[in-house]
Amino acid sequence: MRKLWLKEGWGCRYPVSDPIESRPMTTVTTPPRRAAGSRRGVGWFVRGVIGIVGELMITAGVVLGLFVAWQLVWTDVVGDADQGVAVTQLEQSFQVPQEAPATLEPAKIGKGFAIVRIPRFGAKYAKPLYEGTDRLTLQKGIGHYPDSVMPGEIGNFSMAGHRTTYGKPFNKVAELKHGDLVIIETAEAYSVYEVYEDLIVLPTQVEVVAPVPSRPGEQPTEALMTMTSCHPMFSSRQRWVTHGRLVETIPRAEGLPLELLEVSD
Amino acid sequence: MSLYGTIWRLLPGPWPVKAVLAALLLAAAVYALFTWAFPVMEPYMPGSDVTIEEHP
Repeated sequence: MRKLWLKEGWGCRYPVSDPIESRPMTTVTTPPRRAAGSRRGVGWFVRGVIGIVGELMITAGVVLGLFVAWQLVWTDVVGDADQGVAVTQLEQSFQVPQEAPATLEPAKIGKGFAIVRIPRFGAKYAKPLYEGTDRLTLQKGIGHYPDSVMPGEIGNFSMAGHRTTYGKPFNKVAELKHGDLVIIETAEAYSVYEVYEDLIVLPTQVEVVAPVPSRPGEQPTEALMTMTSCHPMFSSRQRWVTHGRLVETIPRAEGLPLELLEVSD
Repeated sequence: MSLYGTIWRLLPGPWPVKAVLAALLLAAAVYALFTWAFPVMEPYMPGSDVTIEEHP
């Protein structure tokens, strides 16, 4: 039996078999509801508005769900890929012979200048370190507090990193044990720090990144390191802070001893 | 009166074509959200104030 697709109001279509075809088209194309124009009053309008508002609210819910997926999954996918590329580029730039690398110049905000290796996070763990701790810099990798010293120097070399999202460089920061190594690779040297302390503080407790941690204003005598990240995970109510002290500076020419990348326990 | 009903009605062709076009529209919407909308939204969402400097 041949079928026709005939249009009914409200976007609804249904197959109609031959007999109807013989009817005058107007009786089919004009929906009954429209014919009864007097009944299409305020109630129809209110129902329509409520329907659209409902659709918009469902849409908002779906968009929020997508946002969470974007933040927790997609920024990691993109972040891991981008940060891997950044590490490769940094490694290549370090291969180029450096001219007069007497002291590390303060880098420009947003510039990548080091690779962070943390054996506890895996032998292949390598993340780019950028100057600055603003929102956009931290989306690219680990950020270096611009007011803190450069790796290996006397003072408190301080870094901030995302614990979740954007490649989550400091995702496992709470798994670091005292004695674990944090290796900062620059064009000149490998600065090897050993973790000795971890703290949970409020975001306002900026004294953890003071030159002498927790003693702002004091003159530093030791080369220390601080890692800050969000705590608890998926929140920014507190900060996880890890302190380390410099145990070794290995010139780049000597290379990084592979046993440093091994974790004993 | 229905937003998505109207879109469905405006899409041309038989229903399989409509379904493909609707999927394309959905994909375009998700792409726009991921690329432009969400990065802009993020600072205003909870749990996104990452830097210490923002809390003097």
